[in-house]
Amino acid sequence: MVTGLKLSIYGLIAIFAAMAANWGHDLAYRVNALVVLAAAAIAFWWTMTREARPADGPTDGPGASGYMDDVVRAGVIATVIWGIVGFAAGTYIAFQLAFPVLNWDLPWTSFGRLRPLHTSAVIFAFGGNALICTSFYIVQRTCAARLWGGNLAWYVFWGYQLVIVLAATSYVLGGSESKEYAEPAWHIDLLLTVVWVGYLAVFMGTLIRRKEPHIYVANWFFLSFIVTVAMLHVVRNASVPVSIWGSTSYSAFAGVQDALTQWWYGHNAVGFFLTAGFLGMMYYFVPKQCERPVYSYRLSIIHFWALIFLYIWAGPHHLHYTALPDWAQTLGMVFSIILWMPSWGGMINGLMTLQGAWDKLRTDPVLRMLVVSVGFYGMATFEGPMMSIKAVNSLSHYTDWTIGHVHSGALGWNGMITFGALYFLVPRLWGAARLYSLSLVSWHFWLATIGIVLYAASMWVTGIMEGLMWRETDAHGFLVNSFADTVAAKMPMYVVRALGGVLYITGALIMVWNLWQTAKGRVRGSEAPAAVAAE
Amino acid sequence: MAVPERDELTGTETTQHEWDGITELDTPLPRWWLWTFYITIIWGIGYTIAYPAWPLVTSATEGVLGYSSRMQLAETIEAHEASRQEITQRVGKADFSEIEADTELDDFAQAGGAAIFRTYCSQCHGAGGAGAPGYPNLRDDDWLWGGAHEDIYLTIRNGIRWAENEETRDSAMPAFGADEILDDAQIAAVADHALSLSGAGEASAEGAEIYAENCAACHGDNGEGVRELGGPKLSDGIWLYGGEREDVIRTITYSRAGAMPSWDTRLTEAEIKQVTHYVHSRAAGE
Repeated sequence: MVTGLKLSIYGLIAIFAAMAANWGHDLAYRVNALVVLAAAAIAFWWTMTREARPADGPTDGPGASGYMDDVVRAGVIATVIWGIVGFAAGTYIAFQLAFPVLNWDLPWTSFGRLRPLHTSAVIFAFGGNALICTSFYIVQRTCAARLWGGNLAWYVFWGYQLVIVLAATSYVLGGSESKEYAEPAWHIDLLLTVVWVGYLAVFMGTLIRRKEPHIYVANWFFLSFIVTVAMLHVVRNASVPVSIWGSTSYSAFAGVQDALTQWWYGHNAVGFFLTAGFLGMMYYFVPKQCERPVYSYRLSIIHFWALIFLYIWAGPHHLHYTALPDWAQTLGMVFSIILWMPSWGGMINGLMTLQGAWDKLRTDPVLRMLVVSVGFYGMATFEGPMMSIKAVNSLSHYTDWTIGHVHSGALGWNGMITFGALYFLVPRLWGAARLYSLSLVSWHFWLATIGIVLYAASMWVTGIMEGLMWRETDAHGFLVNSFADTVAAKMPMYVVRALGGVLYITGALIMVWNLWQTAKGRVRGSEAPAAVAAE
Repeated sequence: MAVPERDELTGTETTQHEWDGITELDTPLPRWWLWTFYITIIWGIGYTIAYPAWPLVTSATEGVLGYSSRMQLAETIEAHEASRQEITQRVGKADFSEIEADTELDDFAQAGGAAIFRTYCSQCHGAGGAGAPGYPNLRDDDWLWGGAHEDIYLTIRNGIRWAENEETRDSAMPAFGADEILDDAQIAAVADHALSLSGAGEASAEGAEIYAENCAACHGDNGEGVRELGGPKLSDGIWLYGGEREDVIRTITYSRAGAMPSWDTRLTEAEIKQVTHYVHSRAAGE
């Protein structure tokens, strides 16, 4: 009965997608339709072969832990794969900025199309998969309950991967709503909305089912992330499609309202996706890895509520000195500065959880990775409020300083804590006694850290330099530099930035090898006896 | 109440909760953290009283300092313009020979012209004025419309092939191929002849004949150009649209008609004079 219903739904989706591929007005939409057609066909075949024959039994029987970990394992693999894709795209477009010939004069490989591919791949594909799989892992263990909703978690996982593939192919073929970090066309937005509601249901259902009397702090952060991102996504993407058979749509907002909606969305994507969600990860993996109690329960309450209340107002600081009314600019700046301490509450709780265990930093490179990520979090959440001050912003705005700021947060905080989480999860999820190699973790740690330093430092230099060059006037008060002069002056630092990216992705590739070997249950030859003796 | 449980290492009380082996200390809020948080809140309240901040029904609080970013910008621009109003007026009234003779006016016009050039001209002519294919080099002595101060001034003021300006510089070359005036073989022959005028191609009797009939009226018998008609010089080896044989064939086949905006609606009289002076002084002006 249920199987029959599923088969008819997949069949209907496939028929609709075939019609869309036939009648679509633009290439991006038609290719999207073909991808959906393929996905529906695979789902149809899968249901036919696996579920229609009950002898095979359920696809996801409870494992030894009683938790639903297959979907977490799939999420770990997806996180690693999308991470490499996103880092590679980022490194490539960094070289494009230094050497424009790498655009190849082709629309599909131009910076304008690859840049959203990079940002979406790292934020939503890499970061999003990391958040979904770690939240599934953590919520089960801290609630002592299996994921709610049976195979719904699998729908969330595969639905999310489908959204990523649709968005990526669409960007390259020219389908974009041109809203930063919300580029996917309306039909992809709709699919993501459905997937996200499923995610919320799985997470909430598991929380409600919990066997622990209290809800652990990590889950507060995950829940605030899921709920707020749903709201941000729906409002920012409110638009009217021109036709059901095409990618194009008109935004529900216009002019400065559109700009304000954009940065309300954009800044809170940082606040709730990249901060609140990842703080959820931090609150689990840091105390687990250093085996110490969380530093302060009270601090976690105060900084949680202060953070989620204040963050939502800070977006207008992206629109200083624009057509946005002064009062909104003032509020954006004031809320950003008041947000400083609530942000740092997470850093304090992360770092101080190590009290009594600082010595482990010498021997445990995974813990070192987690701690450095918290350090970068603290740096980025100080730099952010500082850059929101109007006087600072009048220099930093529109310069590479902003890009440097984003990357010290993204590479340092989001990247490093995800790497730490992956090193924590893979041995446990694949039943290995330990990681294949701790020395390779150290290599990854240093390559990534030096890469970030090169990236952030070069962008500070170019950002402040171009800000000063734009302002520079001669004795008569005339501007001294043309825009092209500032671009030419930045060239060497663009090369440094790209090299920082090369180091970062090299470290990530070492991680892939290390995790792959770990999952196969191997231990690196030179480390096996020594490591055992040390423990 | 339950007996407080303490963490052995730090002696801090715990909350007695446990999740998957994770426990929590009940450490009080760090004082420095709390006080810094309070200070930022107090500062925030003060700042929102001083500056425009709180939205009301149809307006917003204006702030006791009376600040607005629009006013700040207007005042800055006004102060800037007031500080050089006198000298700007003198440049506006002076003719070019007076500007060249007066060191103070010359310095000012050079600096102002350079700033205007970087803002409005460098996109096409390059930051250094060296041009690009289709956009003339302004550093050499090859002037399509004249290189004297007055010529450059008129070119900038009225633009080139700019429909919105009635006095704009204008000239048009026929599309000899597209309009089927010449066939491919004839175009190839006359292209070679045009190239030969600067010593770059093989002259031929056929090419010379076609040139004399179709090109010489505007480009001159020996490619010396006819400036009054807007016919570029062909004998100097400077090719705006490329000097390879296929470039010249393409030009003859389809014609070329580059355009430059007229700046009379965007720049003031004094500004056009400054940028004229700057361009003239940077090239081999006439």
